[in-house]
Amino acid sequence: MVVPYFPGCTLSTKAQGMDRSARASLRALGLELQELPEWNCCGAAFPLTTDDLRLAGAVRNLVQTAALGQDRLLVLCSTCYNVTKRANRVMGEDGARRERINFFIEADYDGRVEVVHLLDFLRDEIGFEMLREKVVRPLEGLRLAAYYGCYLLRPAEEIALDDPENPHLFEDFLSALGVEPVEYPHRGECCGSYLALGAPEVALESSYRILSTARASGAEAIVTSCPLCHYNLDRPQQEMAVRYGGFHPLPVFYITQILGVALGLDTGDFGFEKHYVDPRPLLERIPVAAAIY
Amino acid sequence: MDGQNGIPRALVIGAGIAGMQAALDIANAGFEVVLVERQPSIGGHMLQLSETFPTLDCAQCILTPRTVEVGQHPRIRLYTYAEVDRVEGKAGRFRVRIRRLPAYVNWDLCTGCGLCQEKCPAKTSSEFEGGVGLRKAIYTLSPQAVPKKPVIDPASCIYFLRGKCRACEKLCPTKAIDFEQRETFVEEEVGAIVVATGFDLYPSAELGEYGAGKIPDVLTGLQFERLLSASGPTAGQILRPSDGRIPKEVVFIQCVRSRDPERGVPYCSRICCMYTAKHATLYKHRVPDGQAYIFYIDIRSAGKNYEEFIRRAMEEDGVLYIRGKVSRVFAQDGKVVVWGADTLSGRPVEIAADLVVLATALVPDPDAHRLAEVLGLELDADGFFREQEANLRPMETDRPGIFLAGAAQSPKDIPDAVAQAGGAAAKVLTLFRKWGGGGPSGR
Repeated sequence: MVVPYFPGCTLSTKAQGMDRSARASLRALGLELQELPEWNCCGAAFPLTTDDLRLAGAVRNLVQTAALGQDRLLVLCSTCYNVTKRANRVMGEDGARRERINFFIEADYDGRVEVVHLLDFLRDEIGFEMLREKVVRPLEGLRLAAYYGCYLLRPAEEIALDDPENPHLFEDFLSALGVEPVEYPHRGECCGSYLALGAPEVALESSYRILSTARASGAEAIVTSCPLCHYNLDRPQQEMAVRYGGFHPLPVFYITQILGVALGLDTGDFGFEKHYVDPRPLLERIPVAAAIY
Repeated sequence: MDGQNGIPRALVIGAGIAGMQAALDIANAGFEVVLVERQPSIGGHMLQLSETFPTLDCAQCILTPRTVEVGQHPRIRLYTYAEVDRVEGKAGRFRVRIRRLPAYVNWDLCTGCGLCQEKCPAKTSSEFEGGVGLRKAIYTLSPQAVPKKPVIDPASCIYFLRGKCRACEKLCPTKAIDFEQRETFVEEEVGAIVVATGFDLYPSAELGEYGAGKIPDVLTGLQFERLLSASGPTAGQILRPSDGRIPKEVVFIQCVRSRDPERGVPYCSRICCMYTAKHATLYKHRVPDGQAYIFYIDIRSAGKNYEEFIRRAMEEDGVLYIRGKVSRVFAQDGKVVVWGADTLSGRPVEIAADLVVLATALVPDPDAHRLAEVLGLELDADGFFREQEANLRPMETDRPGIFLAGAAQSPKDIPDAVAQAGGAAAKVLTLFRKWGGGGPSGR
């Protein structure tokens, strides 16, 4: 089956490992990702939107999807997912803004495309039970902390992927891969987001809390679907090691990387070498698959 | 109803403090009352409380004389473990069908000796203790229950679950246990009805950010009330559910889903400011070297001696009031960590507490929808029974002869519930007087 796919800017540049592991993993599951033709940046900052111009980019991508005759768009990056889904909701529910945006981009779009994330896509399209059967390298004994961050959960009524206070979708996914998901308190707290640029101290503190409580709860690594969270959680661990006594580094995986590992894929182009905290030693513990696709 | 005759007999639905007040006022005026209560015994939420604000009276001590009076009153016919199933007719003559739930105990034979409860091998979480204590499968709500007759809960009874046991049956000295009992219906005729079905609390399961139901040391106000109560599971000692230790830092959070139109209810629950101050005060009296914190939006203490009560908590008992909301509560290293904001200083606050107590919103009784349909009444947008007119007819409903009392109409504290119940009783008596001409003495 062919699935229309919006990679977004970061997955095409800094987070190429996420993009490549996504394509390889879904191919292994019998799904071909079809990159949206002539896609553009989603706009990236829906929450900061003061006029409808910012929505135009995301809407244009949705228009492209509809033009393919598709009614569904897979978005992997948490930020792109959040922005695109919310922009789509505006087009579906807010008549006045729909008219204005359509006029501006010379389109006639009504929010008919469903914006899906990898988590609900796998749950609904393949099913976690079926996914479990496709796993050839079960990640048994690996204690991973699902990190939702903000964008996968909030605003609750607009994203509606899971209960923002007690989510379980990510953990259900990890369980299907054989992982024992770790319960820790800050899986839905903000990593610091763009404060990494304007107030790096605040972002560092936020990320440190997430990492340290995950570790204290027994996690050996964090899994995220957000390149911005990855940036805030992975790279600053160098600084954290200096600043916080007793800090132990914790690898941060992309959700698609961990999926690819469990599916027994060749991880050579998953981009692990670009992570600040190298996750490969942890993976060496997991027995290599008996059969490789 | 002028010029017509009606039956000078009243139905009161709900036997909490409001329903009991209405029933007693009508009965003491010389008229018969049918009092229906869904629970096995009367007293309502007030019987669960340790002390009452603003006087710190022992709730059971001031309430049990009332429950006993209701239980023994010659003009009150009490149906507990029962619900109003059907109402036909109109003011002056309502035909009421009452469904009596099977207690699996013949209450006519039962003497209330308590042997069955003592020997019953099945234990389960007690609703009366708010889940912080246990009860047996055959139980009364409390040792002071009126009537002091037990019921068997089929969901936890070993005989009902596995077909074996019947220990209570073997031991009962009066052979009162009856596993074959079925629900029965009785019909009553009354001229007027008082609805006093009270309130419930916002479900804990939907308080994710506060960890309610997940973290054992996060309690609701009602659960904390049971810890404070001398008749509660800890005999009045304040002990953490997780490890039985005395908590030295306790955080109280007000407005949990109250005044929260997005995530909870839009209205103020009216009693939380006062009972939280009471909780903190009582905590300090029992644990003088402990620290109590209260997160609040603002303090609503409109009532006689209420503001003075709050001031005493602040000034004499050293309770620390923090104006702001809590965003997250989580367990870490044996503590319950509270993240909040102090909106007066504009700074985030983090407290590593031993115990957290949530003042959860008051919500309408879950059965209110069904009962409203039975009675032909309307509920307001929040699910409480709609009064006929908010200012001048707060006790009347759109149906003549049916009146409201207590928290069934809106969240209320005890004094207000009692006052409105007295008012509803007066409305009923006014009708009776009209119908009966000379009233009971003249008949």
